[in-house]
Amino acid sequence: MTSPNPPAAEAAKRPLSQRIDLERIGLALAAPVLAVLLSVIIAGTLLAVSGRDPFDAFTIMWNYGTASDGQVAVLNKATVYYLAAAAAAFGFRMNLFNIGIEGQYKLAMMFAAFVGTQIDLPAFLQIPLLLIVAMFVGGLWASIAGLLKVYRGVSEVISTIMLNAIATAVIGVLLVPGILAPKTSGTTNSIQTAKISESSHFFSFETQGGTLWGFIVIAVLVGVVFQFTLNRTRFGFDLRATGRSESAAKASGVNVKRMVITSIVVSGALAGLVGLPELMQNTPYFGQNVQTGLGFVGISVALLGRNTPIGIAFSALLFAFLDASGAQLPTRGDYPSEIIPVIQGTIVICVVVAYELVRRFGLKRQQQKVGAELAAQAAAAAQKEVAA
Amino acid sequence: MPVRRPPPRAPEPPADPLSLQRDEAPDDQQEIAITPSDSASPGGTPSAGTATPAVELRGITKRFPGVVANHDIDITVQRGTVHALMGENGAGKSTLMKILYGMQKPDEGTIAIDGEQVEFSTPGDAIARGIGMVHQHFMLADNLTVWENIVLGGEKLYGIGAKAKARIRELSDQYGLDIRPDELVEDLGVADRQRVEILKVLYRGARILILDEPTAVLVPQEVDALFDNLRELKAEGVTVIFISHKLHEVLSVADAISVIRRGTTVGDADPRTVTARQLAELMVGAELPSPESRESTVTDVEMLKVEGLRIAKPDAEGVERVVLDDISLRIRKGEILGIAGVEGNGQAELVEAIMGMLPLDAGTVTLDGADLTGALTRTRREAGIGYIPEDRHRHGLLLEAPLWENRILGHVTERPNSKGLLLDPAGARADTQRIVEQYDVRTPGIEVTAASLSGGNQQKLIIGREMSHDPKLLIAAHPTRGVDVGAQAQIWEQIRSAQREGLAVLLISADLDELIGLSDTIRVIYRGALVADADPATVTAEDLGTAMTGAATGHIASDPEAVAAAQALAAEGTEAASDRGPSTDTADDEQAGE
Repeated sequence: MTSPNPPAAEAAKRPLSQRIDLERIGLALAAPVLAVLLSVIIAGTLLAVSGRDPFDAFTIMWNYGTASDGQVAVLNKATVYYLAAAAAAFGFRMNLFNIGIEGQYKLAMMFAAFVGTQIDLPAFLQIPLLLIVAMFVGGLWASIAGLLKVYRGVSEVISTIMLNAIATAVIGVLLVPGILAPKTSGTTNSIQTAKISESSHFFSFETQGGTLWGFIVIAVLVGVVFQFTLNRTRFGFDLRATGRSESAAKASGVNVKRMVITSIVVSGALAGLVGLPELMQNTPYFGQNVQTGLGFVGISVALLGRNTPIGIAFSALLFAFLDASGAQLPTRGDYPSEIIPVIQGTIVICVVVAYELVRRFGLKRQQQKVGAELAAQAAAAAQKEVAA
Repeated sequence: MPVRRPPPRAPEPPADPLSLQRDEAPDDQQEIAITPSDSASPGGTPSAGTATPAVELRGITKRFPGVVANHDIDITVQRGTVHALMGENGAGKSTLMKILYGMQKPDEGTIAIDGEQVEFSTPGDAIARGIGMVHQHFMLADNLTVWENIVLGGEKLYGIGAKAKARIRELSDQYGLDIRPDELVEDLGVADRQRVEILKVLYRGARILILDEPTAVLVPQEVDALFDNLRELKAEGVTVIFISHKLHEVLSVADAISVIRRGTTVGDADPRTVTARQLAELMVGAELPSPESRESTVTDVEMLKVEGLRIAKPDAEGVERVVLDDISLRIRKGEILGIAGVEGNGQAELVEAIMGMLPLDAGTVTLDGADLTGALTRTRREAGIGYIPEDRHRHGLLLEAPLWENRILGHVTERPNSKGLLLDPAGARADTQRIVEQYDVRTPGIEVTAASLSGGNQQKLIIGREMSHDPKLLIAAHPTRGVDVGAQAQIWEQIRSAQREGLAVLLISADLDELIGLSDTIRVIYRGALVADADPATVTAEDLGTAMTGAATGHIASDPEAVAAAQALAAEGTEAASDRGPSTDTADDEQAGE
């Protein structure tokens, strides 16, 4: 480190590393682009087979996506998807499959809503309070899976799936008049908490396309912190090392047990944020008709975005666009909106396969390149030897 | 540079074979029957029958990601012989055998079995042609009997009942394998398991047997027994292809020898006339450095003290199995303590216990006066333990991460890798560059993944990393395993130079010559206990081998005459092809690259 040549070496190395990066980026983009194209072709074929014009359908979607009201709707959806995907990706980076985002965000949302109804602080205190409550509840719920994994060897896949079911039941038990729901809600069928206080409402931007949720700022912040933590901190290095090879990480001194618990709790805490945009910007209460399935969307988005903060931003936008514009299909033409899940599903399946292929191809290619460069070096050295 | 490979394979009589081998052949090589690899004439191999050769490989080329590949390999194996395939680790022997066994397809070249050209796409095809392979790592189900293991997957041959058992007995008697079909495999020792593997292959009708480094797991006495079996097989007309890099084993059992270097055949040799040193030089492609006498660097300052280490794990049946049994040892500054033992006798657990990766049931670990018994692995590393793991892919590297991230691994809390809680990628990169230069890691850059380096270069990177944090104690588990010979000499020299500077080293190795050559003291581990000790200056590999079977305890000292003989043999360049001297001539040993 104190050797005199690092700056020179650094300068000399940079161009090479950038070249490699360019190629890597190209490889990384190839997979999702191909997957999206393939899924569009499959969906188009399905539409054509059912006697409808696929190009017309895609035009409807495209027009909606380029209109300003469509864009706002896409961004709002993408905010939620991004948070869910960040939660999933954080676990994935350590080879932890947090399938329990679903349960974590619902529980977190319920408790945040309840606190929002009970406490009415000034907004600059109230909003952080709700965020913290949600993250705490999400993290706590996820920690059960972490503890089970570390101390009892229970696979987190199994336990988080079970915890999802339990979370639903817990909500059913607690969300009754007299506990979390107000007692006097006799007139309505659906049971829900009271409305959260005014100060609990998150700020938003009014645009000509509609209301853009201010929560997008939180999503961006999560992305930045995620990226920084992963790539620039010791903790992030330990996390990536554990994800790449648990045995090597253990030998290197990573306390793998603590790492498992920490990362699943962080994942759960991020999951806790997923429900808040809806709660604090759209419907100011938590009820039985809360949107479900966001956790699973998050997993798909994280897979497509390759668990990197920037990648999941793009894939969240894509998924949000597909969902938002797909909803227009039945109203603006005789097209089934079911075509959207077909596209999304195909994308995820293709992309998982494609990433693995690209990964192997990239590794092999690099090995060959290194072999070739070394052989060239050796040949050059041999020639020098002969000349000498 | 000597010409590595003879010109194309015209079966011309080797008028002056040596000039094809090397330019600077030692003067006494004139009498050796080293022939160019492509002399397909039957005279090239001893005890050759007049019949067509059992195996004929012609121009086999396999391009492979990474560094080692097969390039234009020619080998002729006569029927009913033991044919040794020699070469350093990473020379391409295993790849070649995988091609012959149908596990990989050659890019170019032809395979002929009994004179008939064949193409294998799966091992099944090879088995159908009577080729069988005994892998280095046995593939047996412990909880089944020998008989069940042999029949498993071959049910159609002789059924699964009495007929199968009778056939096993018959084969066992025919080849003198001494196998009892009703025994449970888990009750068998390593040598017995190996014989089961051999019988398994014979049961499937193999007439050509490939043994991949069969002696790696055996102690010397078991090796002799194995060789008796091989002679028996040969007498019954079975062809044996024997992969090894141990010179005197090959010389004692083989009828013909083919040497592979950097992925290509460099020559055949007649074991009756060739010497170990000549073979070693053929393998290495360079003249061997001689062992140098050295002065002891051992001081009186105690660096590592391990007291009463005990680990007992309950096994599947709940019976407590003692893994480490009351182990106590001390290593002083400047001392290399070698641990000898057959693999699986607790070496791995001892290392992991000292590294803090396994919980202890009893005992203490003290480093330089500081008690580390309850410390986490990271604390121990920070306290000054460097670790060269046995399995570098599992424990030493992040294969898909770039080199500079691998340089951080294990030392993430230390400079230059981090400042406070934040990483310092620039510092780590610069220091990786320094390691690459200083430790001669052959790589085009520090951004390539660790997986793209050859084993030797990966190991050099690990050693450079561990040495960069001024360790007080270095745990080196099989530091030269799977490493090419040039890197091997460098690694030994690095360990020695660190030792001179006062490093304490715990050396675990299966290579007894490496142990004897490097260590200041040797302890023998057997079933989790340190049962014997020896002074490397007064012990032979054979006696060490005896102690490793648990047959000898206490202080072992060999007959001085035997020691002298062994040392003379070592001086002749036996076994460890490039012995333990510092290599001054490594420029000639790059890994083969395509």
